[in-house]
Amino acid sequence: MVTTERVWEALAEIADPEIPVISLVDLGVIRDVEVVGRQVRVEFTPTFLGCPAQEVMRNQLAEAVRALGAEPQIDVILDDSWSTDRITAEGRRKLEESGFAPPHLRASAGSTVVQLDTQAFRCPYCSSADTTLENLFGPTPCRSIRYCRSCRQPFEQFKTI
Amino acid sequence: MSAQGPPSPAVEAVLAFADDELVLGWRDSEWTGIAPFLEEDVAFSSIAQGEIGHARALYELAAGVLGGDADALAFDREPGEYRCAPFVELQLVDDWAATIARHWLYETADSVRVAELVDSDWPELAGLAAKMDREEAYHRMHAQMWADRLRESAERDRFEGKVAELWPYALGLLEPGQRDRLAELVGREPVDAVERGAHTEGFAELHGEMTMVRRSVAGARW
Repeated sequence: MVTTERVWEALAEIADPEIPVISLVDLGVIRDVEVVGRQVRVEFTPTFLGCPAQEVMRNQLAEAVRALGAEPQIDVILDDSWSTDRITAEGRRKLEESGFAPPHLRASAGSTVVQLDTQAFRCPYCSSADTTLENLFGPTPCRSIRYCRSCRQPFEQFKTI
Repeated sequence: MSAQGPPSPAVEAVLAFADDELVLGWRDSEWTGIAPFLEEDVAFSSIAQGEIGHARALYELAAGVLGGDADALAFDREPGEYRCAPFVELQLVDDWAATIARHWLYETADSVRVAELVDSDWPELAGLAAKMDREEAYHRMHAQMWADRLRESAERDRFEGKVAELWPYALGLLEPGQRDRLAELVGREPVDAVERGAHTEGFAELHGEMTMVRRSVAGARW
């Protein structure tokens, strides 16, 4: 018999397809897990609507449920329930360790204008606050590009949304 | 819900919105590789991806009512069935001033449209609009930054000329009742709009290119 806890544990093993240091659970895209007999319903809410990794994530979730011997039902929820505040503390730590500046907490940031505030983001390599925005847009919809004037290293920053 | 009867005005509006986002995303992507700066290659590619992602979500919502799926709505219709505004169809690649003028007008108009949809009594549409709005904040920031930059440059008159040229088209993106708000936001007087309904000359070619894979292999997914 599959339990909700076992499903969450299994989903926590799935790496984000584009930023593999962080799991789908740490990314906050799993909204709910419900077990009814052999059926496991997972509510999945994508980060950005234009994220090309959505289908890969959905398939990974279904496979992980099947590996537990259960029947997956992956419901994609396209509402406003995902924000970068859903990234867990552990997820933020892992992002920083691998050279991504984590997003600001929306609760404390107020508005997206914080993106342009040079003091708001620290360099993940040398921790300097002397960084500038190079490009609002980066290699995936969720990332911007910044530059550290202290250690002269460009780095990626998770957008705050 | 079933696939019977003509689409309701709400579904029609969702389809028109999806068509706008799909076609503009397509036009934006034409800058990939040839934008004036490497940063703008990345930015316009990412914005295009964002708009097409929004189109997909809107088509999925419409498909839930009309039947079929997002790809079928995006690529299997005849040119005459698309409801996009002529504004998004214009091919502006090669003209950076015109591209930024459209980007700025579009994002401003889009903010008016999305702000209304957030309060829609169709809950799925309201939720989707709220999500889109947060993503669009980045498009708006980018558009405003470039509009300011061109206005402060030696090319100011050229840029303002393009804004004036595109203004009647931009108005056609919105419902008549929303247009005064747009005029107020961009600081212009309302004029006769270039309305939805007729396509521009370049649309047939764009449609042919967009739908080529699906026409070559029926039901193709990629």
